[in-house]
Amino acid sequence: MTTSKVISRTSATSEELDTDYKWGFTIDIDSDLAPKGLNEDVVRLISAKKGEPEWMLEWRLKAFRHWLKLNKAEPKWANIHHPEIDFDDIYYYAAPKSKDDAPKSLDEVDPEILEAFEKLGIPLAEREKLAGVAVDAVLDSVSVGTTYQESLEKAGVIFCSMSEAVKNHPDLVKKYLGSVVPYGDNFYATLNSAVFSDGSFAYIPKGVRCPMELMTYFRINQADSGQFERTLIIAEEGAYVSYLEGCTAPARKTHQLHAAVVELVAMDDAEIKYSTLQNWFPGDKEGKGGVYNFVTKRGIAQGKNSKISWTQVETGSAITWKYPSVILKGDNSVGEFYSVALVNNYQQADTGTKMIHIGKNTKSTIVAKGISAGHGSATYRGLVKIMPSADGARNFTQCDSLLVGDQCGAHTVPYIEVRNPTAQMEHEASTSKVSDEQVFYCQQRGISMEDAHYMIINGFCRGIFQELPFEFAMEASQLLKVSLEGAVG
Amino acid sequence: MAQDVESGGQTLLDVRGLRASVAGLEILKGVDLTVKTGEVHAIMGPNGSGKSTLANVLAGKPDYQVTSGQVLYQGADLLSMEPEIRARLGVFLAFQYPVELPGVRAWQFLKAAVDAQREHAGEEELSARAFDRMLKEKVELVEIDPELVKRAVNEGFSGGEKKRNEILQMAVLQPKLAILDETDSGLDIDALRIVADGVNKLRNSSNAVVLVTHYQRILNYITPDQVHVLIDGRIVRSGGPELAHELEERGYDWIKEAVDAGV
Repeated sequence: MTTSKVISRTSATSEELDTDYKWGFTIDIDSDLAPKGLNEDVVRLISAKKGEPEWMLEWRLKAFRHWLKLNKAEPKWANIHHPEIDFDDIYYYAAPKSKDDAPKSLDEVDPEILEAFEKLGIPLAEREKLAGVAVDAVLDSVSVGTTYQESLEKAGVIFCSMSEAVKNHPDLVKKYLGSVVPYGDNFYATLNSAVFSDGSFAYIPKGVRCPMELMTYFRINQADSGQFERTLIIAEEGAYVSYLEGCTAPARKTHQLHAAVVELVAMDDAEIKYSTLQNWFPGDKEGKGGVYNFVTKRGIAQGKNSKISWTQVETGSAITWKYPSVILKGDNSVGEFYSVALVNNYQQADTGTKMIHIGKNTKSTIVAKGISAGHGSATYRGLVKIMPSADGARNFTQCDSLLVGDQCGAHTVPYIEVRNPTAQMEHEASTSKVSDEQVFYCQQRGISMEDAHYMIINGFCRGIFQELPFEFAMEASQLLKVSLEGAVG
Repeated sequence: MAQDVESGGQTLLDVRGLRASVAGLEILKGVDLTVKTGEVHAIMGPNGSGKSTLANVLAGKPDYQVTSGQVLYQGADLLSMEPEIRARLGVFLAFQYPVELPGVRAWQFLKAAVDAQREHAGEEELSARAFDRMLKEKVELVEIDPELVKRAVNEGFSGGEKKRNEILQMAVLQPKLAILDETDSGLDIDALRIVADGVNKLRNSSNAVVLVTHYQRILNYITPDQVHVLIDGRIVRSGGPELAHELEERGYDWIKEAVDAGV
């Protein structure tokens, strides 16, 4: 078995919270912080810190001015509840100090940081442990290192931090940044556009099958900081890439804001497979602390026969608000969304997808599994929209909810909008409980009550885990297990 | 453990004055039963007499409350053990209605069961390869379709397949005390023969089988040492295999009447 990444074996919890979260340690490194709160100076400071060109700053400022007009009015339509966020009480930029002189190579990365990622099971040193996976590690607001750069370059693949992309590949960034999620898209996307700090950039040239999995590992360390990554992946004609992201954060009493934007672009015959294991700190057993995960993810299947596939396993965060979507623009393009969202204790998740069919004979598949335990609330929210131009479009949607215990909630809000009579739509939904009979059946074969629950819940998610790259699937199933701790028995 | 001179078997299960209720309704009203290793006992009785309740109470199903009595299993207090501990110590219940576990592969399920049993006994986990080999042997032994173990546990199985799958699990776990709860019901004659063959192959001098059944039919294939008639929560008559034939011919009413008349 390979090293686990999102699942780490270390266990150290900060701030004495009542939690089993095993990724809760903080590291003690000097951080370079912008003052709390957001104003034009902070936006300029972020841009200056990163040595950005004028056009990038202008784009940020446009977004910031738009955000001001929104008057701190967060979207209210989701089935989530939280105290108002004080946007003036957040650090919008936190960087490890040593990043002032950005390391030229991995050898120059601060050993403390390397050790922190090592602790998380992400060895940044290129060695056999994570062979075959190129990793970009993002700590708080900045990328601290990307592995396997050279081998990727040989294949013509660009995989680097967003900051580097802005410097080294400005034409690509200018062309595609905001092309799928414009800065005015929604409240959090606008905020992200103004203050985004780092994230990953991947470009797969025409006809290239990316020789290894690309992975970004996100870690929040700084207290009271927001993390605003921006990820952009472009697959040119006939290209293929499989991209993985994993996330953890220290256990803290206060809430941390994570508002990322991910944009994917797939040209003719290209395929992008995007997998997420989201394990941000979920808060403690009383619902104290935890990450607010308000994320905008969208891909455009631009070219004919292109394909975009999202697979997500969402077990972390106090609140998850995200709808990885696909715009099916090219004829015969395919969009997929496979999701497991698990809530325990007082976690809330409002997640789903949007499939917008524009091209002819476009096809989308949605399989969403929600698991609610403790006092958790899981909502599936989805939109399937068939535009008049989308002759012969097809959608299959399956939403299943599983309840563990009797204090939790599961909700399904599927919107279907069909504006072309040739569309074929299928929708299936189910809600079930882990039954006493199932648990007893397992116990009668010698399996403990807890293991019986994990086994049944794992079985429920099996169709989704199959969509993950093998080693990620192993981790996903372990992640479910630790996330359910205390929910059973 | 008591040694029986006659059969040479040891007392495996000793049920004394067992009373149990479900949802406040008393079902078992004082059951006594002694099972020795190497024996097959048939528990027969009309619907609603408490046969399945007895099977489930022995396995530890949480819905049942034991109100009095004692059950010794290998000399230890069975009723104080969690269901999974009973299972790991060799108590196996072949369910009347096996549940489906969607998405849980039979292979994985059985491996977990075997590992739990081995861990409890202080043995090492079986390697995937060793388990594979063992499972393959058992699949052949009980003549089950090898495809079934690649599927999710009981998911989409026919009634007959579910029952045969129970026998496969029994073969894999090699229980000391196998309780078969109406495993014969709903089986056609071929499936019944295969299930019975499986049970016969698994019988030996160190284990015991308790067959809970409504019909005498399965006893044509598995010869019991003792037949007990359970009526209204009590064992009202015990005898040899001939008692089963008598029940087949005359039904249960004559016994009820005889009991009521105090005969």
